[in-house]
Amino acid sequence: MLFLIAVHLALAAVVPLLVRRLGPRGLLGVALVPAITFGWALTQVPGLERGAIHQETLTWSAGLDLRFDFRLDALALLMLLLVSGVGAAVLAYSAYYLGGDAGRVGALLLVFAGAMAGLVTADHLVTLYVFWELTTVCSFLLIGEQGIKEQSRRAAIQAALVTMLGGLLMLLGFVLLGEAAGTYRLSEILAAPPHGGTVPAAAALILLGAFTKSAQLPFHPWLPAAMVAPTPVSAYLHAAAMVKAGVYLIARLTPGLADVPFWRPVALTVGLLTLIVAAWRALRETDLKKLLAYGTVSELGLLTALFGAATHTAALAGAVMLLAHGLFKATLFLVTGIVDHQAGSRDLRELSGVGQRLPALSAVAVLAAASMAGLPPFLGYLGKEATYEAFWHGDTPDHLVLVALAVGFVLTVAYSARFLWGAFAHKPGVAATKVTLPATGFVLPAGVLGVAGLLFGLWPHASNVLATPYADHYPSPVERYHLALWQGLTPTLVLSALVIVLGLVVYAGLDRITAVRQRLPALPDAERAFERTVRGVNQIAVGATRYTQAGSLPLYLTTILLVVLVGPGTMLLFGTTLASPAPPDLVAVQLPLAVLVLGAALGVLRARNRLSAVLMVGVVGYGVAGLFVVHGAPDLALTQFLVETLTLVVVVLVLRRMPVRFTPLERSWRLRWPRWIAALGVGLFVGTFAVTATAARTVPAVSREYADRSEEAGARNVVNAILVDFRALDTLGEISVLAVTAVGVASLVLVTRLSAIKPRRVRQHAAHNRRTEEDRR
Amino acid sequence: MSYLDLTMAVAVAGLYAVGFLLLLERSLMRVVLGFIVLGHGTNLLLLVAGGPPGAVPILGLAEPAAMADPLPQAMALTAIVITFGLTTFLLALAYRSWTFTGHDEVRDDIEDRRLESAEHRRQRERELA
Repeated sequence: MLFLIAVHLALAAVVPLLVRRLGPRGLLGVALVPAITFGWALTQVPGLERGAIHQETLTWSAGLDLRFDFRLDALALLMLLLVSGVGAAVLAYSAYYLGGDAGRVGALLLVFAGAMAGLVTADHLVTLYVFWELTTVCSFLLIGEQGIKEQSRRAAIQAALVTMLGGLLMLLGFVLLGEAAGTYRLSEILAAPPHGGTVPAAAALILLGAFTKSAQLPFHPWLPAAMVAPTPVSAYLHAAAMVKAGVYLIARLTPGLADVPFWRPVALTVGLLTLIVAAWRALRETDLKKLLAYGTVSELGLLTALFGAATHTAALAGAVMLLAHGLFKATLFLVTGIVDHQAGSRDLRELSGVGQRLPALSAVAVLAAASMAGLPPFLGYLGKEATYEAFWHGDTPDHLVLVALAVGFVLTVAYSARFLWGAFAHKPGVAATKVTLPATGFVLPAGVLGVAGLLFGLWPHASNVLATPYADHYPSPVERYHLALWQGLTPTLVLSALVIVLGLVVYAGLDRITAVRQRLPALPDAERAFERTVRGVNQIAVGATRYTQAGSLPLYLTTILLVVLVGPGTMLLFGTTLASPAPPDLVAVQLPLAVLVLGAALGVLRARNRLSAVLMVGVVGYGVAGLFVVHGAPDLALTQFLVETLTLVVVVLVLRRMPVRFTPLERSWRLRWPRWIAALGVGLFVGTFAVTATAARTVPAVSREYADRSEEAGARNVVNAILVDFRALDTLGEISVLAVTAVGVASLVLVTRLSAIKPRRVRQHAAHNRRTEEDRR
Repeated sequence: MSYLDLTMAVAVAGLYAVGFLLLLERSLMRVVLGFIVLGHGTNLLLLVAGGPPGAVPILGLAEPAAMADPLPQAMALTAIVITFGLTTFLLALAYRSWTFTGHDEVRDDIEDRRLESAEHRRQRERELA
C-alpha cells in the first residue's frame, strides 16, 4: 500500500520527461501505475470476504505519535478500486485528449491518484488530512492550468479557497476528536467512539470540511466553476474521485459520530437539499460539462444523505451509489470530452446529429446515462432500489426523506435524458455538426467504464461483496436486504417505474417548466455570495490596514503610549501605595537639582536652535549626575559626567554639518494635542510607578550578599565588584553591544562618504533639498 | 525602609514627558535628543525604584547596612553606557539621512499612503460604475 503510493508520487516526477520523449501517448504507460494498484486491490477482495483486513504502518515521529497508518477495510477497498480503476482509464484517455500540456497534467494526475489512494486507506487522522490537502493542491494546479486564462485562475482560486477553508476547519475538528478519543487512529476511534465534551464541536467542524470538499449546498459553486479544467481532470477529480473525499469522510465517521444529535439531521437535510437544487440547476445548463457538474453536485448530495442516515440499508445503498456514480459520471465526462474534442463544441444548442456520426460513442453514453437514471439492469438501478428500500419501512421523517429522494430522482432522470439529447440528438433547425472520427483507444476507456456499470448491474453479487461489509457497521434489519435485480413485485419497484415515467414527463415538458421558472423569483445565487464574501474580506483587510497603518511613526507611538495609559495605567491607579515622606534635609538638596533638570528639559522643548537644544540636553545630563551623587552613587555620577561630555562632543561633530535651526514646526495644535496628552500622561504614569515601586519593596535586597562578598573579590567598591566580577558576563555583553555599535556607526559614516560616487540623481536630489533648506533659513 | 521620594518621582515624570514629546516630533535630531532625555529619566527611575538613598557603597567608608543598594547602580551604569552607544548610532543614522536626502525628517511610509490612495481610486471607480 505504502509502496504503491510512493511509486505514484515518485514516478510523477519523471512523467514530464517521458511525455517529452514519447509525446502524449506516453501517458498510456503512466496509466499502468494506477492499473497495477487496481490489480493489487482486486487481490485483496477475497481477504475481505474472509474478514481479513490489510494494515500497514510507517512511523514518522514516534515521540509525537505521528505515523502513516494504512488500513484497507471494505470502504477503503471500495474507494481504492474506484480511484485506481477510474484513474487508469482517465490517464489512458488523456493520452489521446491532451496536447502540449500532457506532461504537466499527466504528472499531476498521477500525484493525485497517489494522494487519493493514500486518503482512502489512511487510518490516522493526520495522515488523512495530509493527503486530503494534497488532493486540494493537485486540484488547484489542475484547474488553474498554466495560469494564463483569467477564468482558470479564478476557478482555481475559488476551489482552493473553499476546500482549504473546509480543510482547515476539518483539521481543527480532527484535533478535537483525536484529543477527546485519546488516539488519532481512525479504527480505534470508531471502535470506541468518544462522547460529549468537545465531540459535537468536532463533528460540526468535520461536517463542514466534508461539505466543502464534496460541494454541498451552499459551498457548491466551486465545482461547476472548476469545469474550465481539461475534461480528464473534470472526469477524475471533479466527478469520480476528489469530490468523493468529503462523502467518504462522512461514510467513514458516521458509524462513530452518528450519536451526535445533529449529525444525521444535518447530513440528511443538506444532502437532500443539494440533491434537488443541483439537479434542478442541471436542467437549465447548456454547457454539457456544467450540466454534468451540477449532476455531480446533486449525486454527492444523495451520497451525503445516504451515508449520513446511519442505517444498514442506507449504507449499503450509499456504497453502491458511490461505485455507480464514479463509473457513470466518469464515463459521461469522458464522452463529453470526446465530443468536445471531435466536434469542437460542448454546447448543447450547437451540437446536432453527433449520435449518427459516432454511434459507438453514443452507445457508451447511453449505457452510462441509463445507469445514472437508474434504469434496470444497470448498477444505478441497484443503488436506487436499495435507496428506496432504506427509507420505505420507516416512520414519517423517513417518508419525507423518501419523497425528497423521489423528487431528486425524477429530476435526475430528466437531466440524464437532456444530456443524451443535447450531446447526440439531431436537432431540427440546427445544422449537423462536423465531427471527425475519434481513435478507438480514445473511446475505449469510456467504453470500459460504461460497460462496467452494466456488468456490475447484471452481477449484483460483486456489489454485495464490496458493499455489505461496510453496511455491517450498522445493526442489520430483521430482513436483511440483498442487492438483486429482481426483488419480486415490491412497492419500491412501482416507485422506481413511477419515477422514471415522471422523469421523462418532466423532460418532455422542460420548455414549459422553463417558462414557468422564468416567472418565479430567482433563487439566492451562491456564486454571487462567494464573490461578495471574498470581496468583503478584501475590503475589510484594506480598510483595517488603512486605519491601523497610517504610515506615520508619531501616530504609531502615540497609539502605543495611549494603550500604556489605558492598560497598565488603570492597573496602577488601583495599586498605588505610598511610603512615608522623605526627610526634609534630603529634599533640600534634591530640589534645586530637580528644578535644574526639569528647567533644562523644558528648554530643550522650546529650543529652535539645534546647538542650544543639545546644550540643554547636556545640562539635563549633568543635573541627573548631581542627583546620582545625592542618591549615594558616585560611580554613576562619574560615568554620567564622562558619557555626557562624550555625547556632547559627538553631537556637535554631527551638527557641524547640519543646519543650525530645526525644520520649523508647522503642525497645527489640532494634530499636536493628542501627543501632548499621551506624553504628559505617560510622564505621570511613570512618576506614579516610581513612587509605587519604591513603596512596594518588602524583602531585603539581594545585594547585601554582594556587599558582604566584595572582600573575597578583592574589591572595595561594591558596584565595581558587581560589574567586573559577580556579573562579569553581563558586562562582556555590554562591551559587545558597544563594539557592534561602533562597527555600525563606522559603516554608516563610511557609506555616507562613499555617496560621493553614488548615482548622480541621489546627489542632485540631496543638494536640491539642502539648498531649499538653506533658503528657508 | 523607604521614603516617598516625591522630588525624584517628579523629576522622572518630567523627563519622561519631555522625552516622549521630543520622540513624537518628525525631526530626527529632536528624536535623538528625546531619546537621550528618556535615557536620563530611565536611569533615575532605576535608582529611585531600587531603594532609598544611602551611604556610598564602598567598603570601609560605610557599614553595608547603611549603604545605598549597589545593584540598581550597577544596572543604571550599564544603562548609561548602552544609551550612549544607541545615541551615537542614532546620530549616525540621522547624519546619513541628512547627507543622502538633504533633510532629517521622519517621513510617512509611502507604501501605506499608496494603499490608501489605491482604495480611494477603487471607490471612485465603483461610484462611477
